Formats: sequence, C-alpha cells, structure tokens
Amino acid sequence: MNKRKAVIPGEVIKEDENSLPGEWTEKKGNKIIALRYGLAEEVGRLIKVIPLSGPYQPRKGNIVIGQVELITFNGWIIDIRTFENAFLPLSEIPRYINKESMEDILDIGDTVIAKVRNVGKRGVELSLKSRGLGRVEEGIIFKINSNKVPRVIGKEGSMINLIKKNTECDIIVGQNGFIWVKGDSIEKELLAKKAIMFVAEKSHITGLTEEIIKWFEKEENEK
Amino acid sequence: METSRLTSQRIREYLREGKRFDERALDEFREISIETGISKNAEGSCRVKFGKTEVIVGVKMDVATPYPDSPNKGNLIVNAELLPLSSPRFETGPPKFPAIELGRVIDRVIRESKFIELEKLCIKEGEKVWSVFVDIYSINDDGNLLDAAALGAVIALKNARIPKWDEKEEKVSYGELTKKKLPVKKEIPLSITFYKIGEKFVVDPTKEEEDSADLRITLGSYKGSISSIQKGGEKSLSVNEFYALLDSYKEIWERLFKKIEKFLK
Repeated sequence: MNKRKAVIPGEVIKEDENSLPGEWTEKKGNKIIALRYGLAEEVGRLIKVIPLSGPYQPRKGNIVIGQVELITFNGWIIDIRTFENAFLPLSEIPRYINKESMEDILDIGDTVIAKVRNVGKRGVELSLKSRGLGRVEEGIIFKINSNKVPRVIGKEGSMINLIKKNTECDIIVGQNGFIWVKGDSIEKELLAKKAIMFVAEKSHITGLTEEIIKWFEKEENEK
Repeated sequence: METSRLTSQRIREYLREGKRFDERALDEFREISIETGISKNAEGSCRVKFGKTEVIVGVKMDVATPYPDSPNKGNLIVNAELLPLSSPRFETGPPKFPAIELGRVIDRVIRESKFIELEKLCIKEGEKVWSVFVDIYSINDDGNLLDAAALGAVIALKNARIPKWDEKEEKVSYGELTKKKLPVKKEIPLSITFYKIGEKFVVDPTKEEEDSADLRITLGSYKGSISSIQKGGEKSLSVNEFYALLDSYKEIWERLFKKIEKFLK
C-alpha cells in the first residue's frame, strides 16, 4: 500500500495524465484535485481521498441510528445527524399500526435503528423492513465521527467482531456515527465504549487490529 | 447533541450503584490543569481545563466613571460567550440564556465574595475609577462550564496587572503594565456546582451527565462561608437535601482546593 498523504480541499494531489479521479477528487486538465479534507490514497491509477471530517452523507442501504424528532400523520421525522431530517413513512413499518396511537410504536425522543431506503429529491427516506431494525429498548448510545465508522467496523467486520468477542456485548454501528451497545452489565458496555473510542481516536495508524488486541490485554491486566 | 434517553437511563442505573461512567467518585473532580498568561494583550489571562472541558478567560482594564451608587468603587463587568466551536449546541448571534446566566453567576461568585478590593481601584472619587472586564470564552464544552469558568475568572484576576494610566493625556497606555497587581485578596473564592441525577448528587459532570440531570445548584464560597447561590433546572430541591449538600461542601471544597493549589503560586 502506498503511503497516505493529508490533503486539503483544492490541493493538487498529482499531476499525471494517466491517473483517474476516485472518491472526493476531480480531474482538471492533468491534475487530480482533492475535494475534501482527508488522506489521499493511490490504488493503481485511481486516486481517492478518505475524508477525515465533515457531516455524514446518507447512501441507499446504510444502517443508521437516529432519534425521533416529530410524529406526523403519515410517519415519523427522524434526526440522523445529516444535512436534513429523514422521514420514516407508516408504510415502512412491517406490521399493523393503529394510526391513532403512533406514539406506541415510536415516541418523540425514542432511539431507532433504521435503513436508508432512498436518497432523492424529496429527502432521505428510511425503512424498518428488515431484520434487527426498530426501536431500541436498552443499552447505551454514543456518537463518533461518522468518517471513522469504516475503521471501527474494520475489513469485513474484523474490528467490530473483535470488540464484540472481547466485551461480550451486542453492538450496532450506524453509518451516521451513532453506536448502540448492549451487554449483560454496564461495566461491559463501558468497556466496549472505551474500546470503540480508542479505535476512533487512533483510526489513522496502520496495524490497528494488533494495537487493539494489546489494548484489551492491558485492560484485562489492570482489573 | 442531546444525550439519548437510553444513555441517561444507564447513567441513572449506574449512579444508583454509586458509580459513574468514567469511574470517578460522585464528589470527585476531573483532572484539572491551569495555564496563566496565555494572552499577550490581556492584563491577565488563563486557560482552565477540567478533563475535556476547556475555557479561556481574559481580564482587560479601562478607566471609566463609577456607578452613582458606588462613587468610590471600581466597576466589575463579567461577560461570557459560548463559542460555536466549543459545542454543536451553541450558535453565533446574540447571547442566549445559558451564556447570560454563566456570566451573571460568575459575576456574583466574584462580587459577593469581595475578592477584588474595588475601593482600591478608585482614582478620583465620583469621577474616575478602574473598570475591570472579565471575558469568558468556552473552547470546549464537555460539561461543568460553570465551575471551570469561575475558577478561570478568579485565576485570571489574581494574575492581572494594572496598565499604566497616563494622567496628562488622560488615557490608558496599554502594553505598558505597571508592577502593581490588581488588588485582590489572598484567599480565592471557588464555586462548586452540584447536579442531581435521580436520587444522587454529583459534582463536575460530563456533558452526558449534565444532560441527564434534573437540577443543578451552584454554591460560591469564600473563606468557608457561602456567598452566592444559583439554582437551575426544572425539579425542586428539598430542605434536607440542601442541608446534606452543605454538610458535604467543606470536604469537597478542600479536595478541590488541593487539586488547584499547585497552580496558585
């Protein structure tokens, strides 16, 4: 893997006729220019930028965690901490609902795990029609920078599975940076939170998996 | 960024066992660090950190006419600004309730303790006195801005030096500080804010704990006596609870003072 370089928006990453612009870059003439603040990475001919900051950009199929902001006559407005509020329509609830008592399903202030069904002109539309989605009843919720989510999950879920195994907690990572943790005891939940915070903080270093294994050993010894 | 209801529930459950998320005791403050003289242009300045909470405080002085009800006393003006960079909850624009309250509470902690000897700031009675401006800026808000800002204001005042007053031209020549320190007393006033979460009281809460709290009460004290009180939050406080707080106050005060003692020299 090539060494990553920190770039700021507008910075020329490379001047090369043959290079191709990847995510968060554009090509002007023979220059590849960064569009976001982040780390530039070269994979073959493709150059892309991994953003380090900025708000969450919803995409179809993402699992997100949000708070119910408002109940309307045909659905719920959910705050998923992006540029606009998302809408969860009644039709996307996989069971019968009495329209008179929508707050029994989801009340204002409730936390909900949902899937992004569509991102279009009318905004972000959510759905609960899938396994494991719905209102969260127990556990702790906290937020990390949404750009660090890929590192917390790891390659094919390696990092999150490691944390799950070591803390014996159920963890769901929303793509918008919200993380839900539930374990048998509050201590275990807090350990999971601490581990995830550690990963999010050290997300830029290589060999993070070894680092986190060491970290867990250290935590174990301190007890 | 409101803390979710679920997390609040967990904080309450955990507190019932007498434990906090960051493994502190209920009446324990976070790591405190204080740095003075951080601003070149201010007469006195300081940066206070309580864990991740960070505030900077600057003191500026000017010569002005005294208020009619205190012709022989200097003026003290405390102003607080909650910068948008310190928390996603703060916006630019005119100060809102939390910022105004922060300024007023700290004003009271300092004024009512008689920490600054305002009589010594009089140049000519009824005409010219020194005005002391204390400006508080939040850099990062992770809970308990009140106590951090109060401590910052006191330390900044303690380190402030009076600028040169040019009598002929009748103006202050800034940049030329005299050796004279701002006339303050030796002991410092401190404010300790208690937050009630469920049935328990905690001090120095993180943002999550602050969000879960039902009420808060700020007690400003000087030389072992309470000089100012401010209560916030919606719920009410019973008399017995208040007496219990007063009983525990001295011990907490002593432990807090021990933490900041090394920065006072």
